[in-house]
Amino acid sequence: MKRKREKTSTEELTKAAARQDPATYVFRLYVAGMTPKSTQAIANIRKLCKKHLAGRYKLEVIDIYQQPKLTKEEQIIASPTLIKKLPLPLRRFIGDMSDTDKFLVGIDLKPKNS
Amino acid sequence: MVKAKQKVEPIEKCPSGIMGLDEITKGGLPKGRPTLICGGAGSGKTLFAMEFLLRGALEYGDPGVFMTFEETSADLAKNFITLGFDLPDMISRGLIATDHVYIARSEIEETGDYDLEGLFIRLGNAIDSTGAKRVVLDTIEALFSGLSNTGILRAELRRLFHWLKERGMTAIITGEGGDKTLTRYGLEEYVADCVILLDFRIEEQIATRRLRIVKYRGSSHGPDEHPFLIDDSGISILPISSLGLDYPVSNERISTGVPKLDAMLDGKGFYRGSTILVSGTAGTGKTSLSATFADAACRRGERCLYFAFEESPRQIIRNMSSIGIDLAQWVKKGLLKFHSARPSLYGLEMHLVTFHKAIEAFNPRVFIVDPVSNLTAAGTPAAVKSILTRLIDYLKMNAISTFLTDLTHIGSSLERTSEEISSLIDTWLLLRDIELQGERNRGLYILKSRGMSHSNQIQEFLLTNQGIDLVDIYTGSGEALTGSARAVQEAQEKASELADRQEVERMLREQERKRKVLEAKIAALRAEFDAESKELELMAEEERKRQALLAEERLKMAQLRKGESSAARRSVRKKKSKGA
Repeated sequence: MKRKREKTSTEELTKAAARQDPATYVFRLYVAGMTPKSTQAIANIRKLCKKHLAGRYKLEVIDIYQQPKLTKEEQIIASPTLIKKLPLPLRRFIGDMSDTDKFLVGIDLKPKNS
Repeated sequence: MVKAKQKVEPIEKCPSGIMGLDEITKGGLPKGRPTLICGGAGSGKTLFAMEFLLRGALEYGDPGVFMTFEETSADLAKNFITLGFDLPDMISRGLIATDHVYIARSEIEETGDYDLEGLFIRLGNAIDSTGAKRVVLDTIEALFSGLSNTGILRAELRRLFHWLKERGMTAIITGEGGDKTLTRYGLEEYVADCVILLDFRIEEQIATRRLRIVKYRGSSHGPDEHPFLIDDSGISILPISSLGLDYPVSNERISTGVPKLDAMLDGKGFYRGSTILVSGTAGTGKTSLSATFADAACRRGERCLYFAFEESPRQIIRNMSSIGIDLAQWVKKGLLKFHSARPSLYGLEMHLVTFHKAIEAFNPRVFIVDPVSNLTAAGTPAAVKSILTRLIDYLKMNAISTFLTDLTHIGSSLERTSEEISSLIDTWLLLRDIELQGERNRGLYILKSRGMSHSNQIQEFLLTNQGIDLVDIYTGSGEALTGSARAVQEAQEKASELADRQEVERMLREQERKRKVLEAKIAALRAEFDAESKELELMAEEERKRQALLAEERLKMAQLRKGESSAARRSVRKKKSKGA
């Protein structure tokens, strides 16, 4: 299962590398319906991306109620879950993204011990 | 307890299909509620959960969902194969759905408030896809190691169990055992309906598995630990600890296989379904007696299960053929079944479970353990006693005659069984050796036999090539003799007896002779007397005749005096001389 995921990631990586510069971020945000937590997360991630990754990110928002099968495929347990598909390594962020420092450390935009 | 005013439906139970569990839980796990299975590593939690799901799907038509947090679906399939179930096939038939929840802490960053809706959706999706009625979460504690916000986790778990209940799922949640609490993360707080603890203990290098129902809300349950066994057919739990003393009894008597021993036991032998113990030191013939009993049972056409802890079946068969007992024929006919194992091979509970399984499978009328004392090698004396109590109760319940041998050690009291199980025993035979005049012979006596008048004599126990024989031992002149001493004494006795008899005969002959002499004397005297009597009679007769003649003459004389001739007087005289 893990290997499979890596494979898709590699494919995506190659595709992404072919069409964009390497620093492009691909995010997927999984939310469970339009709960306050979901809207909070969407707002927070958009704000962060605009501020730190302007022009070099892709964000897709998916409602897991609409596509429940994806939860198994993407190993989603929590909502909201943000998956950083690219650049590797794959990272998962769970929560409403109110802890911006953790997010920035997680996507290597901020050194860990600051 | 206060009686409920309104009629409350008793808790509905969901049969687990796990051997023995439904008996100790009186019907199974609480239906539509979560059950927590906790225990240390390797205690069999996953297997328990797995079997619950499989039996449910195959035997009770309840599809199930197996959500694993530890193993991948491929590993899971391998585990199922060990129980003989083809998981991929069951998945394709829609009986089971599996989901491997993969949580890697290194990949996850918590950035604020979240919930576990994703997990709910996954579970819900799996339940809907199969129409599941049973759910297994193995081991949901992995969430705690993957996620750090325990506040959220605990709230979400509470919600999850509530949600499972609402959906009517009979769920098993497994949990790793903790130091002070039943589970490491206190899952028992949330799963309040039924908690089962699995235990895996090693005592003196021997492992035993035990199961205990810690809690079962709305149902009575025994507080005991039940030993269980994991083998290729899954889990078997022994439900036999709660048996009472209300087993059926039989008045039927069965032969011991030794006619003389039958005679000692009221002339009829043992009661059917009774428990017989044979104690004795090494080499006193315990196994021979067991084999004879087994042989007798098979002759009656009864099945006999023979647990041998010292010898292999082949060795027993060979050895017993030397005393004229052919056990091989019964094995061939399927009446006799041997189970041979070293007692230290596995733990005591395992032995009990093995006994139990073997008895269930073979359904014997006679059950032999030779020797039961070797079980001490597999556990503490107290544990052995408890196991034997349970075993004997179970056997009694099924009216199976039980024949146990007990190896006592030289030096310790013979009348003390090593397991102190005497109170459980109905008939207790003691084999002992009697050492006398440089010989060692075997003696047998009955220490006790409940419900019959039995012999109080010590019998000499002989192993002949025609089997076991019992001989009265010599008890004359105030001492007991056996073996050749007995033979010598008997010969001496026979000789002196012969001499005595001859003396008596001689005296009898003498007496006879004397009697004959006496009789001869009596006869002679009688003859003399008779002769005298005869003489006297004759004389008396003559006198009578003479008197008559005299009278006649007197008459004639009178006539003559009146005018008769002297000639007439002469003729009368002539007549008289003629008569003389």
